[in-house]
Amino acid sequence: MHELSLVASMFETLLDQARVHNAKRITGVKIQVGALAGVVPELLETAFDSYKKGTIAQDAVLTMDKPPFTIRCRACGNETVRSDFVMACPACASTDLEITHGMELILERIEMETDDPPEAP
Amino acid sequence: MTKKDVFVLQDILLSNAQAAAAIRRELESRGILAVNLLSSPGAGKTTLLEALTDRLKGRARMAVIEGDIETERDAERIRARGVPAWQITTGGACHLEAKMVGKVLPSVPTDIDFLFIENVGNLVCPAGYDLGERLRVVLLSSPEGDDKPKKYPKAFATANVLVLSKSDLRPHVSFDVEKARAEALSLNPKLEVFVVSSVTGEGLDDLVAFLFRVRGEIAARA
Repeated sequence: MHELSLVASMFETLLDQARVHNAKRITGVKIQVGALAGVVPELLETAFDSYKKGTIAQDAVLTMDKPPFTIRCRACGNETVRSDFVMACPACASTDLEITHGMELILERIEMETDDPPEAP
Repeated sequence: MTKKDVFVLQDILLSNAQAAAAIRRELESRGILAVNLLSSPGAGKTTLLEALTDRLKGRARMAVIEGDIETERDAERIRARGVPAWQITTGGACHLEAKMVGKVLPSVPTDIDFLFIENVGNLVCPAGYDLGERLRVVLLSSPEGDDKPKKYPKAFATANVLVLSKSDLRPHVSFDVEKARAEALSLNPKLEVFVVSSVTGEGLDDLVAFLFRVRGEIAARA
């Protein structure tokens, strides 16, 4: 149950970015939460909704991408999506693997409203 | 009013990662091996530290940072053995974070060889937080059962060392060492596994030898 601490850490960046961009309001936050990142998405949502009250993100909508746990075999190159955490290649049984997805805990983007003029495209 | 979409793509735990990196740099530049101990409550982390204290006496200098929700009890047990210890009480938080360790660090002597950080007893949340350690040690005690690695995969997948603790209790509980070892290795093939009893001393020499080897690698680079 460390979701509130994750949200607190996320808000440090949200408020920093809001200052940098002169934002009046944060309207949306998009994050990536890997399937095996050890975080419960529903709890993260609850924590976000309670933390945002009284901040400039109080109307912000949190959206989540949930990348599945994916491993790539360094021996045969096989890439597999797994539902559990087993570190063995289903094609060649090698245990020399890299985790390519599923551990993410990433703040991807922030939608905000600012008084700044629009940036040139 | 302009709408703006700011692309950040940043680790949510970036500030923890930065604090951990600073701790790791500082400790390793002094040749100190930092060890983060993780387990469920009651798996024997403090008792293992007491046993290590006795084994390291006269051979190396160590210090201990204890993490608990409440009480100074664990730090007092370590101090009773003549080893400097600091207690972090989180007041409810279920894990230690790098910034909490960073606050204690200026008090820790700079001429030690080993810094042990005992995390809050919990097999879930501490796994998400780098404390600047070189070695993450997860303990699994015989009474807990051999089926735990897959139930708490992140703790076992992110550790460097698995200590199967309380091996002296195996005759009284059904705990299959080979099953636990195989299950943990399926999550993390690089795990170093030690079967240990802090009471009888089984496995402690091997664990201590391993700690000295890793500490030697750090000192050689410092």
